[in-house]
Amino acid sequence: MKPLVKVENVEQTFVTRQGRFTALQNINLDVFEGEVVTLIGHSGCGKSTLLNLLAGLTRPTHGVLLCDNREIAGPAPERAVVFQNHSLLPWMTCFENVMLAVERVFGRKERKAKLEARVIAALEMVHMGHARNNYPHEISGGMKQRVGIARAFAMEPRILLMDEPFGALDALTRASLQDELNGVLAKTGATVVMVTHDVDEAVLLSDRIVMLTNGPAATIGEILAVDLPRPRDRLELAHDPRFAACRASVFEFLYRKQLKQAA
Amino acid sequence: MGAIALKLVEKPSAAASGEAAVQAEVMEPEISTAAKSVPAAAQNVGGVQPGGKQSLRRGLAGEHLGEFAKAVIPPLCGMALMIGLWALVALKSGAIPGPGATWDAAGKLFADPFYSNGPNDQGIGWNVLSSLQRVGIGFGFAALVGIPLGFLLGRFAFMSRMLDPVISLLRPVSPLAWLPIGLLVFKRADPAATWTIFICSIWPMILNTAEGVRRVPQDYLNVARVLALPESKVMTSILFPAVLPYMLTGIRLSIGTAWLVIVAAEMLTGGVGIGFWVWDEWNNLKVEHIIVAIFVIGIVGLLLEQMLLLLAKRFSYESR
Repeated sequence: MKPLVKVENVEQTFVTRQGRFTALQNINLDVFEGEVVTLIGHSGCGKSTLLNLLAGLTRPTHGVLLCDNREIAGPAPERAVVFQNHSLLPWMTCFENVMLAVERVFGRKERKAKLEARVIAALEMVHMGHARNNYPHEISGGMKQRVGIARAFAMEPRILLMDEPFGALDALTRASLQDELNGVLAKTGATVVMVTHDVDEAVLLSDRIVMLTNGPAATIGEILAVDLPRPRDRLELAHDPRFAACRASVFEFLYRKQLKQAA
Repeated sequence: MGAIALKLVEKPSAAASGEAAVQAEVMEPEISTAAKSVPAAAQNVGGVQPGGKQSLRRGLAGEHLGEFAKAVIPPLCGMALMIGLWALVALKSGAIPGPGATWDAAGKLFADPFYSNGPNDQGIGWNVLSSLQRVGIGFGFAALVGIPLGFLLGRFAFMSRMLDPVISLLRPVSPLAWLPIGLLVFKRADPAATWTIFICSIWPMILNTAEGVRRVPQDYLNVARVLALPESKVMTSILFPAVLPYMLTGIRLSIGTAWLVIVAAEMLTGGVGIGFWVWDEWNNLKVEHIIVAIFVIGIVGLLLEQMLLLLAKRFSYESR
């Protein structure tokens, strides 16, 4: 199988007041079609930096990133991003927020009724159809993140990039959104790269977990394949020794091999 | 001008506090309905505690009265205090007309506010309207120049660094200092007065718009980048709505300052206008008319401010 996304020898340095700071070094990663990959590591290790590179929001200092064999030269709707803090525009209703994306991607080819149907379908998929005419400040944080996910899916991207999508939510809301995302991923077969610092979330959602070493000059330390059958049920997995083993090896990496001294 | 200069640097926090005040007003009915729902609960207890319902209802009526009193009595006290002090001063000095005499004079003035006996003798209505017109025109030009300039300053660091020293230098200057320049350039009094309004209105508009553009959250701009929205769409869908509340704060501060300045400018330029009218009545030694004018200026200023606060509330996405 050919990889959808290829990351080759990527290095990212930033010029700061204290001189050059190397955030990422020697990153090599392939992401295959339909695969869910999570990036995990201690805070400040450059997970989000790598995701921004994939999104095209920043360019690497060295190395290449390819999507569909084309170089990632800038942001594009084919690589949709779900931001940590939902980033819905507060002056637009949920419907309008999703429409903004749908219109941009399909507006030239399709009629208005078709576009509207796409928006509704995307909102229904995350069970937010009832809130289509609500403004973001009228709905809860979890609901906002659902709409953010709907917006990203509505664009029918080649790959979905998620930057700690549930990081700002409480544990219960997070769990229900994780289950929902798992359902949506099963339905759509989407390719996902997700940044997280939640080990359970990583194991529950991913096909592979990419573990980054501590920065500066972070690189990929280990990659763990999660061989748990899908669909995955949170309650059943809790007693599954394979789940426990995956969890244990990620914890092992994070807290034995990469324990952060200062933090 | 100290007060004006202070106002210029005022950030939208002022709008926020203003909104909070408006919201508090809106909240009140909710409080009273919440209070109304109490009797329903009280009825359940009523069987156990006879008479409790009655006293509760009386308490609620008292509460309603209390809310009303809290909203009305302090302002009334303030007004009474002001009028009392005024009457006292009028009584002691003899030269200043008291509230009664002023009220009578106002009655006569407002019986026919729109008469016109030539350019130097017109009703108070015409005077207020022509002042408002000057403010409107001067302010309109200031908005046309100031808002786009604010966008440029906010968007491009170079522009901001280039123009910041110029603005810092010119902003503290009293707009009246620009009046002679206006007279020199325009050769007539009327556009010169409008010119001073333009000058004093433009600073808050530039600065607030620029601040608004600088504070557009990076997340919103990232959304635009990920969607690869065309620049025109970024402008209409993201930048403009995000900056609008700041812009409206700028507009509100501008109008407030403009209304302060127009009175002074018209005193110097003459013509028809409330400022000129005040000066004219001073020359006629009709002091009660000057006091009427002070009230009129205050009320018009208050109305302008409230109108713009309403507008800001309408367009503020947080409270919508």
